[in-house]
Amino acid sequence: MTARLSVRELSVRFPLRGGRTVAAVTDVSFDLAPGECLALVGESGCGKSVLASALLGLLPGNARVRGAARLDGLDLLTAGEAVLARRVRGRRIALVPQSPASHLTPVRTVRSQLEETVRELTGARGPKLRGEAERAAERAAFPAGHLDRYPHQLSGGLAQRAATALALVGGAPLLIADEPTTGLDRDLVDRTVDELRRQVDAGHGLLLITHDLAAAERIADRVAVMYAGRVVELTGAAGFFGTPGPRHPYARGLLEALPERSFTPVPGMPPELDALPGGCAFAPRCDRATGACAAVPALTGARAGAVACHHAHSHAPEAADA
Amino acid sequence: MPEPAPEPTCETAPETTPEPALELRGITAGYDRREPVLREVSLTVGDGEAVGLLGPSGCGKSTLARVAALLHRPQAGTVRLAGRPAHGFHHRAPRELRTTVGVVFQQPRLAADPRLTLADLIAEPLRATGRRAEVRVRLPALAASVGLGGDLLARRPHEVSDGQLQRACLARALVLRPRLLVCDEMTAMLDASTTAALVAAVEEYRREHGTALLAVGHDRVLLERWCDRTVEFKTLLPR
Repeated sequence: MTARLSVRELSVRFPLRGGRTVAAVTDVSFDLAPGECLALVGESGCGKSVLASALLGLLPGNARVRGAARLDGLDLLTAGEAVLARRVRGRRIALVPQSPASHLTPVRTVRSQLEETVRELTGARGPKLRGEAERAAERAAFPAGHLDRYPHQLSGGLAQRAATALALVGGAPLLIADEPTTGLDRDLVDRTVDELRRQVDAGHGLLLITHDLAAAERIADRVAVMYAGRVVELTGAAGFFGTPGPRHPYARGLLEALPERSFTPVPGMPPELDALPGGCAFAPRCDRATGACAAVPALTGARAGAVACHHAHSHAPEAADA
Repeated sequence: MPEPAPEPTCETAPETTPEPALELRGITAGYDRREPVLREVSLTVGDGEAVGLLGPSGCGKSTLARVAALLHRPQAGTVRLAGRPAHGFHHRAPRELRTTVGVVFQQPRLAADPRLTLADLIAEPLRATGRRAEVRVRLPALAASVGLGGDLLARRPHEVSDGQLQRACLARALVLRPRLLVCDEMTAMLDASTTAALVAAVEEYRREHGTALLAVGHDRVLLERWCDRTVEFKTLLPR
């Protein structure tokens, strides 16, 4: 398992009727190494899920994609549907979905869905199939006694584990978890993300897309903050959540909105992705904005901590260790 | 504990003493008669009070919220809203009682009719209760108080984010000026900033109108920060 995901200047546009365009993802670049968890955080509607769909080749047909996303040399953006379907999805990239209740087929039991996935991805048949499916359930801490239940008979937490079990069947080196903890209570969030972290420690790369900052803090190695389709800060998780803290004003505001902190929202609302302001998209909400913000700031800095802001909070140099 | 002697009725007392916004007494409810989710649960939310109800997934807290909002008929027990007993539930709930409680659900995508614009979504309760004339007066201010600007109101649910749609659902729950607002995991789908903004909007409205709040959720830090007091769901169940 040596999957290194390398995303370069990825942009996704959706043309609308009337000539407008939704700029869902703009110039996103990052690397994800095996055994590493990168958390992609940001407000709802900032483009996080579109990015995940782009990597999986699951964008709607009207999407226009630029840039590159390579997984061990295979460009995910130009690969044909046949390649994606037979060689990538489930086998090299697995998706832990946002809403397991709607991801699972309502008319079949969890066992039946697991067995189908095991059969498709591993070719197991007969008694071996049953055993493999049960082992897959166990890996995601899904209780064997519930395998013959239908999705609607499961609590949110168990449905999430069923979906995670399905994602892990193919042994894909890269996992993309799109809001895997939405709607779960704190104990279940912790158990779900700890399970994902175990997969990371076993060598998987994990792109954790979430708005749950506590979940990100718990398991991420690095954090990418997305705002209006761009990555505005990409840095180590320990420094981001602890000291010295985020450098981008938006990232600071996002952390300060937590009820554990000052519980104050970032003023205003995110811009519409079909009507982005020129220059820095955060400037209208930013208390540090000046004339310089009329130009889009580039994401600059070392891999240990890059920020896209003309007026980023500075860190004392001695505090910026890894 | 020595009880203070009850005050003699004061001549300048307001016309009505404030009844609790919500009184649940001995509620048994669920989806299977043999295995009720709630057994003899009692809970009171005082007039203007904010109560946070905490519990893990699947414990029955949403069922309790639905009973409080007259959306689920209990097998036993009484529900009183602002002192008035509830005799019908769901579509059988009498209008004058149903309008005393507003509800915001966890998933705005499931709660909001995808065919309506946000403006119509918010105004629908007014139209449904024959108060069409108030729409033009109340809608802009209410929408602004939940942070929805003019252009957004003309859009339909698929054209807005989860956070924006939940803001509209909150405005819809408040448009009839309920005595009690029930928020069932209102912010579970939302990011930290949108959560803080929605809670601030609820609190701003409550300060102005004295609305009581029953906030159901699993985020202890959030509910403790938000509410006057929090109640553990499991303490409501018989030992």
